[in-house]
This record gives sequence, structure tokens and C-alpha cells, in this order.
Amino acid sequence: MSEKKQQVSRRQFLNYTLTGVGGFMAASMLAPMVRFAIDPVLKASAGGDMQAVADVSEITTEPQRFEWTVEQVDAWYTSDVTHSAWVYKNENDEIVPLSPVCKHLGCQVNWAGNEDYPDQFYCPCHDGRYLKDGTNVPNTPPDAPLDLFEYEVKDGTLYLGQPVPREEV
Amino acid sequence: MLQKMYDWIDERVDITPLWRDIADHEVPEHVNPAHHFSAFVYCFGGLTFFVTVIQVLSGMFLTMYYVPDIENAWRSVYYLQTEVAHGQIVRGMHHWGASVVIVMLFLHTLRVFFQGAYKKPRELNWMVGVLIFFVMLALGLTGYLLPWDNKAYFATVVTLQIAEGVPFIGEMAKTLLNGDPSIVGAQTLARFFAIHVFFLPAALFVLMGIHFIMIRKQGISGPL
Repeated sequence: MSEKKQQVSRRQFLNYTLTGVGGFMAASMLAPMVRFAIDPVLKASAGGDMQAVADVSEITTEPQRFEWTVEQVDAWYTSDVTHSAWVYKNENDEIVPLSPVCKHLGCQVNWAGNEDYPDQFYCPCHDGRYLKDGTNVPNTPPDAPLDLFEYEVKDGTLYLGQPVPREEV
Repeated sequence: MLQKMYDWIDERVDITPLWRDIADHEVPEHVNPAHHFSAFVYCFGGLTFFVTVIQVLSGMFLTMYYVPDIENAWRSVYYLQTEVAHGQIVRGMHHWGASVVIVMLFLHTLRVFFQGAYKKPRELNWMVGVLIFFVMLALGLTGYLLPWDNKAYFATVVTLQIAEGVPFIGEMAKTLLNGDPSIVGAQTLARFFAIHVFFLPAALFVLMGIHFIMIRKQGISGPL
């Protein structure tokens, strides 16, 4: 250890002080603006409520498209947005509510949308196909099964929540 | 590390003379508040520039939420004030800064006037300064309409009537500003937004550039 003192020249000292003060001022100026700009990223996403979609008695073993409308609050703009789901009862009498959004690039799929495949979901954009339970047909563009909605049945009414992605089968 | 990066760039494009021209110059004793405290009056121009920088930055960030449309302008301002983090602060900076910049500009003008610093050879810079003053006033005026509340609306109605009062070209000037011969509405707001956010800042930057280059060319006027 040398005894020599580390000398800070007047010029260096002023440089450090000015940089520090300037940096502090710039930071206190920019901090609120940056926080302001990144606010959408930090906002907690509002978990959607369950929405009443259909009477259970309407649901058959054949997939049907059900639509429901929610009031969507988009910052300062409020509007009614229509969502839809393909719903049917499987052989175990369980309700299967499938999201209509294709897992390839997000087009809307239709049950029996192609006359060559009357018992499959068909996506018109790139000929993506899914079996009745939503499983994607191999060698068509989609690489995952259709999302399943969270659902519950209350007083004979079907309520749907958010679509949940499934693992590849 | 920083030194190395600087050297790497400097070796290739020789930036040292560039920033030396901008940042490295002597401050005469008579404008240095450390020598004569009364020299703080020389800070007003720099303070004006500083507040202008705040205005530009806060304005840029405000446009992330603001929309210049009669249906949504007020709502988007209300949203950014009440729902967005630090919205009050950022809009507050822009709101109060708009007044502060005019005050600073005025103090700077007074200093230059009473010290006679506008005299030969600096007459041109005085003229450019006056143009900057007008641009700033126009920025304040056009910005005032943007929240699209009652105060903004009727202030603009009055402004347009003043423009209409100009002899001969009054009516044309009014329609040009308004975007419509009679309705103060959708077109007015869109126009004022464009003028406030693109045209006037562009003019301001050019004028400020000329202002600063002339200061550097001519130097600061001598002591009284």
C-alpha cells in the first residue's frame, strides 16, 4: 500500500460534480416520463369475468357457434365487443367450449367449414384442420390444439371465462 | 471502457473538434456568476433553452396517450391524468413549463435590451430572437386548444376572432387557422395539433440553431 494520496485535481472534481448534478437533474426529469410511457406494461391485466353464453339445454353433441357481447374498456374508449365459442357435449356428457381462434395465425375456424371434412374444424386461411375435440390434424399448418375456455354451469346457464391454451397432445 | 469506445469512434470520425466547438469554450469573467453574482442575468437564455428541452421531452411523451380528435381529445387527456402513472406530473411539466418558458424568454429579452447587447454587430441575432419569441407564443396558443375543454375552446374562438380582425386578409387568415369558415371543431383541432407538434417545433429548432451559431460566431457582448 502506497502512502501517496490519490490527488483529485480541481478540474476532475468539478467534472465529477457537474456530471453528477447534471445526471441527477436529467434523471429526475426523465424518470416520471419514462414511468409514464411504460405504464401499459406495468398495469395489472384485469382478469375477465365469467360471461353468460348459452342455455345448457341448447347445447347438443354437434358443435354450435355461440356468441356473447362484453363491454370492453379500451383506455378512454368503451365499446361492445362480440366473442364466440364452438360448444358441444362429448360422449361423457361434458361440455367442451372451444375457442374459434386458429392456432396457426389466428383466423376463425368453422365446424364443417370444408365439405371434404364434415366432422372437423376447418380454417379457411391456410387449410388448417382440427378434430372434434380440438386436436390439430397433423400435417396441416396448426401446431397446437384449439384453446379451451374456462367454464362453469350455474342454474342451467353456461358461463365462459378466458380461453386457455392446451399442451400439444 | 467508455474511454476506449470514445477513442474507437474518434479514431475513425474525428469527433473531438466537433464537440469542442459545441462545449469547450471560455466563459468571460463578466458573465460568470462565480465572479460577479449579478452575472446570473446571463443565465436566462440558457434557462429558456433548458425549459424548452423539458417542453420537447414532455410533449413527446404526452403524444403517446393524447389523440387530436374532438370525440376523444378531452377523454384521452382525462385518462392520462387520472389513470396513467405519473400522468399528472408529465402533463404538469408541459403545462407549467409552457408558462415558465415565456417568463424566461421575457427575462432574457429584458437583459439583452437593457444591456444593449442587441447593438451592432448583433442586430440579426436580436431579430432571430424576436422570431423565436413569436414561435413560442404560437406554440402556447396552439397547445392551449389541445385539451379540448371549455376554456380551450372559447380561448380559441377569441383567438380566431383576433385573426379575423386583421385588415383585408383577416377572413382568409381565420379560415386558414380554423380549417373551416365558421365551425371551430374537428378540423381546427387537427390543424392546431399538427401546427403545435410538427410545424412550429421545426421552425423553433431551425431558429434556435441560427441563434446559437450566431452567439458562437460573435461571442458574448462585452461588460457594461
